[in-house]
Amino acid sequence: MGHGTTAALLADRLAAGEVTSVEVTQLHLDRIAEVDERVHAFLHVDAEGALGQAAESDARRARGEARGPLDGVPIAVKDVLATRGLPTTCGSKILEGWVPPYDATVVTRLRAAGLPILGKTNMDEFAMGSSTEHSAYGPTRNPWDLDRIPGGSGGGSAAAVAAYEAPLAIGTDTGGSIRQPGAVTGTVGVKPTYGGVSRYGLVALANSLDQAGPVTRTVLDAAMLHDVIGGHDPRDSTSIQHEWPSFTEAARSGSTGDLSGVKVGVITEMQGDGWQPGVMARFNESVELMVQAGAEVVEVSCPSFVHALATYYLILPAEASSNLAKFDAMRYGLRVTPDGDPSAEEVMRATRDAGFGDEVKRRIILGTYALSSGYYDAYYGQAQKVRTLISRDFDAAFAQVDVLASPTAPTTAFRLGEKLDDPMAMYLNDLATIPANLAGVPGISVPNGLAEEDGLPSGLQLLAPALADDRVYRVGAAVEALHERQWGAPLLDKATGLEGATR
Amino acid sequence: MTSSASATELMPYDDVLAAYDPALGLEVHVELNTASKMFCGCPAVFGGEPNAGVCPTCLGLPGAMPVVNGKAVESAIRIGLALNCDIAEWCRFARKNYFYPDMPKNFQTSQYDEPICFDGYMDVDVDGETYRVEIERAHMEEDTGKSLHVGGSTGRIHGADYSLVDYNRAGIPLIEIVTRPILGAGEKAPEVARAYVAQLRELIVALGVSEARMDQGNLRADVNLSLSPKGSGVLGTRTETKNVNSFRSVERAVRFEMQRHAAILSGGGSILQETRHWHEDTGITTSGREKSDAEDYRYFPEPDLVPVAPSREWVEELRGTLPENPTTRRARLQAEWGFSDLEMRDTVGAGALGLVEETIAEGAAPQAARKWWLGELARRSNEDGVDLVDLPITPADVARIQALVDEKVVNDKLARQVFEGVLAGEGTPDEVVEKRGLAVVSDDGALGVAVDNAIAANPDVADKIRDGKVAAAGALIGAVMKEMRGQADAGRVRELILEKLS
Repeated sequence: MGHGTTAALLADRLAAGEVTSVEVTQLHLDRIAEVDERVHAFLHVDAEGALGQAAESDARRARGEARGPLDGVPIAVKDVLATRGLPTTCGSKILEGWVPPYDATVVTRLRAAGLPILGKTNMDEFAMGSSTEHSAYGPTRNPWDLDRIPGGSGGGSAAAVAAYEAPLAIGTDTGGSIRQPGAVTGTVGVKPTYGGVSRYGLVALANSLDQAGPVTRTVLDAAMLHDVIGGHDPRDSTSIQHEWPSFTEAARSGSTGDLSGVKVGVITEMQGDGWQPGVMARFNESVELMVQAGAEVVEVSCPSFVHALATYYLILPAEASSNLAKFDAMRYGLRVTPDGDPSAEEVMRATRDAGFGDEVKRRIILGTYALSSGYYDAYYGQAQKVRTLISRDFDAAFAQVDVLASPTAPTTAFRLGEKLDDPMAMYLNDLATIPANLAGVPGISVPNGLAEEDGLPSGLQLLAPALADDRVYRVGAAVEALHERQWGAPLLDKATGLEGATR
Repeated sequence: MTSSASATELMPYDDVLAAYDPALGLEVHVELNTASKMFCGCPAVFGGEPNAGVCPTCLGLPGAMPVVNGKAVESAIRIGLALNCDIAEWCRFARKNYFYPDMPKNFQTSQYDEPICFDGYMDVDVDGETYRVEIERAHMEEDTGKSLHVGGSTGRIHGADYSLVDYNRAGIPLIEIVTRPILGAGEKAPEVARAYVAQLRELIVALGVSEARMDQGNLRADVNLSLSPKGSGVLGTRTETKNVNSFRSVERAVRFEMQRHAAILSGGGSILQETRHWHEDTGITTSGREKSDAEDYRYFPEPDLVPVAPSREWVEELRGTLPENPTTRRARLQAEWGFSDLEMRDTVGAGALGLVEETIAEGAAPQAARKWWLGELARRSNEDGVDLVDLPITPADVARIQALVDEKVVNDKLARQVFEGVLAGEGTPDEVVEKRGLAVVSDDGALGVAVDNAIAANPDVADKIRDGKVAAAGALIGAVMKEMRGQADAGRVRELILEKLS
């Protein structure tokens, strides 16, 4: 059987009775035991719980009561989603030891669909970062090169999937935290339309930008997972009531590789200086493949996108500064009690000082400032206006084309520590991914090869209008098929960081 | 931190009025009686086992999200319409950010510059004059948890050994009703403040959207006050006196702050913009936390909620459910009851309109209902320092006592003892009559003996009556009543005396 398979194939084998969920789950737990000391994708592994859920899945299947195609296929969940009975830290010391009394809606849906939960994956603290180096529990490493970052904030989920520790994972994407790790680890990541997947139980970084989505090795797997977790949730007022089509069907229809009649827009503002040559070479190659497959490709300008990063770094810290106020040592998580007879305020201050990392403090200060009386209009208010302009750029672009294309990230995976002391350099990683969050549109990152200069993976980002998530699966699956025909094998087969480990 | 009553200098009230014009502002929080909380499905019932009525959302657990209670929006709109407000076509919730241990999220989900109701008014009657109180806004928000500070002398967090927090109250829907500055009330400012809160409460009760018990905290008033030099029209620095929990206290707090401000200003001092605490027992305010407009709550639109956009059709439908407006209602009731203007004014002023109405609905005659509420019960409310509505007696009790009088089971004097018993918690009026043995003796046999005794003991008086001086019967009636220990119907006694001496 091996790990080198996909969730869709595992689902088929489970359905055919060739393997049991307990076997599949145990195999992944073994792989975690073998490699995670080096990768550090997981913050918490729930072997007992996962095997118990796997056994229940097998029993259901034996009774002919399997709950859906992914029943029995194990999954890893980013540590930013509340899981009843499993620690949920958000990569922060301030939540060390917190065990939620409830499940996030995404987790409820995973359980309802029968997916055993292997554990919780590492992340930048409260999802603030692009390298997973801001985790309070130590960085995750890129399975392609253990000295390099796996992207962030969801580096744990991407690395777990890339290292075959899990066939599927859940990530969350506020400015690229699913897509950028996907690009730098050679995996697939999807940020659904804002409101397409419930945020209930997702510990908010920036409520108006956050969206949970699939982290997988193939587009079809992502689509199957999206079908499980998506749809309206009455507990999330911002979740959309919409008749979603089957994303699985969309991915299957795209896998023929035929793109005739599809209009693709290449975003002018997402190329040029600062974009790694090898990344641009792979991007141009993907575009060429799409043209050969029948797509019409035009260049589209989105002039407001150049302000996206600045806009994002006002809106995100503003919302985050308020969201993170609840971590005050009064009810859960860390409590630091200073010497003497401290007041409640002094306990709060000492706890927040010890419990939050530098990047979190930086953004709390930024956000508090941006919302302050006298500055609100100039910063938060202005940012909301630019956000509207960015949405209008998308509207104008999608009036001309079906999907927009760009490299997912400007560079391949950089070395651990390389950008840790330069927040601005770190923020630039999300240049291409942020506009989609500001406008709420869906996006996918599909592996599109290795950059010549460093032999590391790059990703192609495809964006579609809000509600047209099926389009990113259809076109994404086509591009994936075109590239795999070109390579003759999945890209991940070339990953060498874990040589020596069985797979 | 705390200042004692003796340390607070006050200017005599008349002197205050000679030199200053008061400006009032009232912020009233109304706790709605919806079945569930503002943003989650937990029961909106404060009290009971602490922290039993809570969930991830009202506890502010990481990841939990709010969902707006539609019934609370409906109540807010009805309150707004009853206060002659415009109803927003589109409005949002906003986060009010500040740290406090009983705030689960360290922000309160409230409304800021987009309140659901705005630009209304209420006409308030004081001593026959009408004051129009302009309503700036009425907005929706959630209540906080309740802290209990254990140890220490003040019951406040400072100096406490430890604190307990009950989150059952966290998330209960509140409507905050804010007036514009009320100018021109002059010497009547304390009464206008009281009458506004009393009339507002009456309206809330008529709307049926809250229990509106001030003593239970369902209705909480914050009193803003500032003084300006007479005729200057320049608003002075204001203080905000929090949680003034009875009509009477509203009036007293305004009066106290007017006198305190004036003493400071006339001495060349300046008013510190601050929150002040009202002390019911001593009738004074003391300094709370310093607060100014500079306090920055960093409001911004709540990103976890979508805008509230009540359709015009719905608003009109709700307008159709409003109770009669207060002015019309008062005119109608006055006509129905046959009250004089003065009687009506006193009834309204005492905050007894609704109580009298309910008592009449329970079967009492209008004048009898008025007499008890404005007489015996008003006296008790003054003595005990509680509002009429907070006395432990219901309109049904009052109507029943009057019925006992009408049925001649008790007389007026005994009725007062029945009131005393009911207020003391001895039971229903009938139970009190029973337990205290208050029923009048209507048995002519026993009465006859007493009458005979009285005649025998007062032969001179008896002679006068025999000579036709019927007015003299009063002395004999008194003697009989004394012998009967008051438990007799004076009318029947008179009849018996006249029969025997005719």
